[in-house]
Amino acid sequence: MRRLQFHPCGNFNESYKEELTIFETDFGRLSMLIGLFLLFAVVPFISNAYILYVMNMIGIYAIAAIGLNILIGYTGQISLGHGAFFGVGAYSAAILATKASCPFLIAVPVAGLITALVGMAFGLPSARLKHLYLCIATLAGQFILEYVFVQWESLTGGAAGISIPTTTIFGIDLGSDRVFFFLIFICFTVMTWMAVNLIRTKYGRAFIAIRDNDQAAEGMGIPIFLYKLLAFAISSFYAGFAGALFAYYMISITPEPFNLWLSIEYIAMIIIGGLGSIPGSVFGTIFIITLSEILSHATQFLMNISPSIGGAITIAPLREFVYGLAIVLFIIFEPKGLAEVWRIVRSSFRLWPFSY
Amino acid sequence: MEFFFQILISGLSLGFLYALAALGFVMIFKSSSVLNFAHGELMAIGAFLFLVLSAWAKLPIVLAFLLTLAGCFSLGFIIERFFLRPLIGEALIEVIMLTVGLAIMFKGLMLFIFGGDIYSYPKFLPKALTMHWGAVEVPGVYVATFVVGLIFLGLFGFFFKYSSQGIYMRSVADNQPAAMSLGVHVRRVFALSWAIAALVCAMSGIVLGIIFGINVHEVSSIGLKVFPVVILGGLDSIGGAILGGLIIGLLETFTGGYISTSLREIIPYIVLILILMIKPYGLFGLVEIERV
Repeated sequence: MRRLQFHPCGNFNESYKEELTIFETDFGRLSMLIGLFLLFAVVPFISNAYILYVMNMIGIYAIAAIGLNILIGYTGQISLGHGAFFGVGAYSAAILATKASCPFLIAVPVAGLITALVGMAFGLPSARLKHLYLCIATLAGQFILEYVFVQWESLTGGAAGISIPTTTIFGIDLGSDRVFFFLIFICFTVMTWMAVNLIRTKYGRAFIAIRDNDQAAEGMGIPIFLYKLLAFAISSFYAGFAGALFAYYMISITPEPFNLWLSIEYIAMIIIGGLGSIPGSVFGTIFIITLSEILSHATQFLMNISPSIGGAITIAPLREFVYGLAIVLFIIFEPKGLAEVWRIVRSSFRLWPFSY
Repeated sequence: MEFFFQILISGLSLGFLYALAALGFVMIFKSSSVLNFAHGELMAIGAFLFLVLSAWAKLPIVLAFLLTLAGCFSLGFIIERFFLRPLIGEALIEVIMLTVGLAIMFKGLMLFIFGGDIYSYPKFLPKALTMHWGAVEVPGVYVATFVVGLIFLGLFGFFFKYSSQGIYMRSVADNQPAAMSLGVHVRRVFALSWAIAALVCAMSGIVLGIIFGINVHEVSSIGLKVFPVVILGGLDSIGGAILGGLIIGLLETFTGGYISTSLREIIPYIVLILILMIKPYGLFGLVEIERV
């Protein structure tokens, strides 16, 4: 039997295989198992409906945020259209479910694939464009997709949107938050596992090479346009998949949520969480969603204690302000995000009492 | 035909407005290569500052105008000093995201203070400014915009051509290390370019407020329209910004007038995608040849 390992005090890798391991120590593997056990066996049974709702939102948004992090954090292609891709997934699933009466198990992955195709179409400009030009191109993509959601009424139902009938999966009714919790977090676990492993493959290393220096990457024989398109496709697949789950969870969808603000929210998540870090995307999602819930509660609270003032002054815009402030402060003071904070906390435990 | 001229006039004036807005954008990009997503919000700040000074504090219009310009000029300095300067030399995405963060922050703050309502300035433009060409009427606001815009364009032209600070700014835009080695204070140039850009933003925000009324959402969405304009004209060309603004303005009003009003909002972005595919550096932009 192998000896159980705790954290080494530094980087002592002797082979590439060691460097590629996901868990540096058995302690990490153990804590992940405990975490999964808590997530699936304890949390859904002790939380009330509201907590379950928030958890479900975190799960859905985290899948899309991981996708965006593959594109921005690992491949270095800035996209301001992720919210619209999320919407494409939601609409595809809704249309498949209502018009083609697809079952849930087919509609969700197919919605992801459709979104991947749309994402690739909007990734085409990356053949010639870099950095800020690409960023503007995806911004235009966001507006064009929003327009399509509203105007293509025969398919998307226009501003009224689409309602999805409740579905069943293996004979279980998908009506309740708790059933959805299991569904979302099984998807979340699988998608996270895929993303973590994707980064360790040839493709993931190619993405990182393109991010770090595209000319050098080309020189090493990576067909960078194909890989950029692949990154767009994978990232949009994640967004579409999450969007499809969102559509089923929300039951009815309208074009409103999928605006530029949502795209910015996603970028805020991965910047606050940490660019180029899968756990970071999850941290960022938890941070943003919790923040937004706290702020909306604060708004309600203020309205309740003083209806006369609360009616006149709404503090809802403060939510935007706090988001913006969080982004700005993280970029200036901790550009690597919460993932880095988490690493520092861990290593200061490890190095105690000789921390430096 | 009358309809055509009416659309032409409103298209040209809208285009001029876009050009004015794009000017500040190009200014920042030219000297510090920062893509400013907070552009619309800076415009809104200018518009609201003028509103507060002119309508609420009841200062004389000219004084209010000058105070607004001075206020926004200092705001530009402050933004550069506290938010942009720590990021000199950082990756592009962080700088872009910083301006996005600033944009959300400013927007939230303004929504908090002023709400989502539409305000309007007291009427101060003389009636005599309204011009008539046969049946076609050119509202006084457009004439005033045109005149003020031309004056400022002329001033900027002189500033960049003859004043020493203007020449420093151009030298930094051209080659930063070379400018630094010749003794140009690069950080001061960055600060100055943000200050001037904020000033130009304020001006275009005020004009926008006079024409459409002042609303946080409205004005800041114009800030996003700047992107098609500058991409069409070339990101670092002032002449391109003006021409691009006029083209996009005309395109928008003609699409709205003849094809469909809902397509009007989206047509600049469709053009933007096409241009990026065909000629990414725009009409007058500097072509950087970098093949990968």
